[in-house]
Amino acid sequence: MSRIVAAGQGLVDWVDERFPLVSTWKYHMSEYYAPKNFNFWYYFGSLAMIVLVLQIVTGIFLTMNYKPDALTAFGSVEYIMRDVSGGWFIRYMHSTGASMFFVVVYLHMMRALLYGSYRKPRELLWIFGCMIYLALMAEAFMGYLLPWGQMSYWGAQVIVNLFSSVPFIGPELSVWIRGDFLVSDATLNRFFALHVIALPLVLVGLVFLHLVALHEVGSNNPDGIEIKKNKDPVTGKPVDGIPFFPYYIVKDLIGIVVFFMVFFAILFFGPEMGGYFLEYNNFLPADPLQTPAHIAPVWYFTPFYAMLRAVPAMFGSQFAGVAVMGAGVIILFFLPWLDRSPVKSIRYKGPIFRSALAIFVVSFLVLGYLGVATTDVWGKMPEILPIIGGIEVATIVSRVLTIAYFAFFLAMPWYSRIDKCKPEPERLT
Amino acid sequence: MMKTAMTRNRAFAALFSLGAMFAVFATAVPTQAVAAGSNFPLQRAPVNLQDAVSLQRGAQLFVNYCMGCHSANYMRFNRLTDLGLTEEQIKEYLLFGTDKVGSPMTIAMRPADAAEWMGKAPPDMTVIARSKRPNYIYTLLKSYYVDESRALGWNNLAYPNIGMPHPLWQLQGAPQLKVEEKQSHGHAVQVKSIVAGEPGLMTAVEYDRAVGDLVNYLVYMGEPWKVKSTRIGIIVMFFLSILLVFVYLLKLEFWRDIKH
Repeated sequence: MSRIVAAGQGLVDWVDERFPLVSTWKYHMSEYYAPKNFNFWYYFGSLAMIVLVLQIVTGIFLTMNYKPDALTAFGSVEYIMRDVSGGWFIRYMHSTGASMFFVVVYLHMMRALLYGSYRKPRELLWIFGCMIYLALMAEAFMGYLLPWGQMSYWGAQVIVNLFSSVPFIGPELSVWIRGDFLVSDATLNRFFALHVIALPLVLVGLVFLHLVALHEVGSNNPDGIEIKKNKDPVTGKPVDGIPFFPYYIVKDLIGIVVFFMVFFAILFFGPEMGGYFLEYNNFLPADPLQTPAHIAPVWYFTPFYAMLRAVPAMFGSQFAGVAVMGAGVIILFFLPWLDRSPVKSIRYKGPIFRSALAIFVVSFLVLGYLGVATTDVWGKMPEILPIIGGIEVATIVSRVLTIAYFAFFLAMPWYSRIDKCKPEPERLT
Repeated sequence: MMKTAMTRNRAFAALFSLGAMFAVFATAVPTQAVAAGSNFPLQRAPVNLQDAVSLQRGAQLFVNYCMGCHSANYMRFNRLTDLGLTEEQIKEYLLFGTDKVGSPMTIAMRPADAAEWMGKAPPDMTVIARSKRPNYIYTLLKSYYVDESRALGWNNLAYPNIGMPHPLWQLQGAPQLKVEEKQSHGHAVQVKSIVAGEPGLMTAVEYDRAVGDLVNYLVYMGEPWKVKSTRIGIIVMFFLSILLVFVYLLKLEFWRDIKH
């Protein structure tokens, strides 16, 4: 026994002389000190990593049988579902994984908003996170074209057309993106290339940077105070920190098992998720001659799509709406400098910030709903009313909520400063 | 003091997440009832993928009445062994002409020719139940009526001015449209319904069952692995529940030495 241990130690020493194995392990795992009070919200970072790996692995197997060709793409997906052994399982993992990726990423971002994880010194960590979110949106959008169903096709058509509203270069820009005058085989081919290699490389690179930045500054926690400020004078380790390995590894295992219970329940019992994860219309092959009556993007884009529709055309161009939609994502990058509160965590922030965050979350969710619904979903305002009479109720609500969404960010420097905060504790509670 | 503040925070976080979940579900539910393309009230299709006999009857109806014009290019005949049929039975009852038992359920009419002859090629049926939904197809096949003003003599309540003539008219006969004037909230409204006309080969009850079988088959054909996947899903859920207990105990054991 001891001889085996000695041999193992010898091997580790051999590697260690040539590669920083033990020190890397210690730095990122066994001596990476994380605050000991992580709660429910702290599961979603590791879950996002799990889903990323899942998407890459299932994606590799899908590419073995998928054909990026307008004539055969739809059929090749059905071929995977029917004639490839376990193909339906792999494809559903990938399609469920796409939506669940956004579920965990949105919850992960929500955690940052709740506990101020974007605040100094974690600004770069937050910015890498926002870039991951952007890359993920591009990745999801391009991936959605590949099954070449009606929604794939017309969704892509609508989104690429947005670029044609850019002043001066718009029309040329959208032709350049599509590689054709309408979404076609050329578009499918390039989206395939971007989806399976370019963007995954970017994503993995950004996740790496995200983790390097995280492990440099250390994790935030639900109290929003720095555990590094309180180190044991003898060992030099944070008093309120515990090594990531084994404590958070075993804790995250619980999150992973619960996550997989949800994930597989969707996959095995209802992979369409009522038409939200796989839209019903996408089981019709793409038909450039037949526009569906109702085109809605997949659920994870709909808050921004609702913003786009809420903004009226100006000077005969939809560009204002496109700009607002883009700004809705870009504004996230500035969050670290917008929040001027003396405390980080929602636990010690005052009633104004709490209310603002609650309004923001409600706005985002309702906008998300309005983005899938048709604009007449709530009927029209009575004709008697001045100005707003006769306009769809949903349009007015989306306008108000779009303003609320932006007000959360733009007014933050002001309201976060005047808010009555509670004092932060010295140690974790 | 600290304790109450903490409990309040917990309560806030819990309320917050509950509220968020409620909002998601509340908004998620209503759109599910949206029908494909029409506001006609839909009837519930009696889908039961465990009913192999119904699926076998449905397969036979599909081959005999639909495959004249509609292909199922991604479905292979020999997959019907899932339904308890033997390859010999498939060859004898369901195969026409030169098809092999392992070949997909293709048709001889080419889509380009069909588009020229009918204006639009009849769509492939393999995954039609996944896009149009079973209740819609079921209602559609029960909503045909004789309408001499149409080129082919057929119209449909669920899909007005439908291009496809009644595919199952031999079975159902020639149902007629009935229009009634009714009072509703002080307004006179027209209520349209279908009534039996010239009888076909089946009684109304038999016809309903036949349409149910056919839709059942279309649902099966859209996702032939569905019954299996549900069964695997139950096993996976069972396994993960057991695993959860052990993972939880593992965490408790490791975390015993952490002081809070």
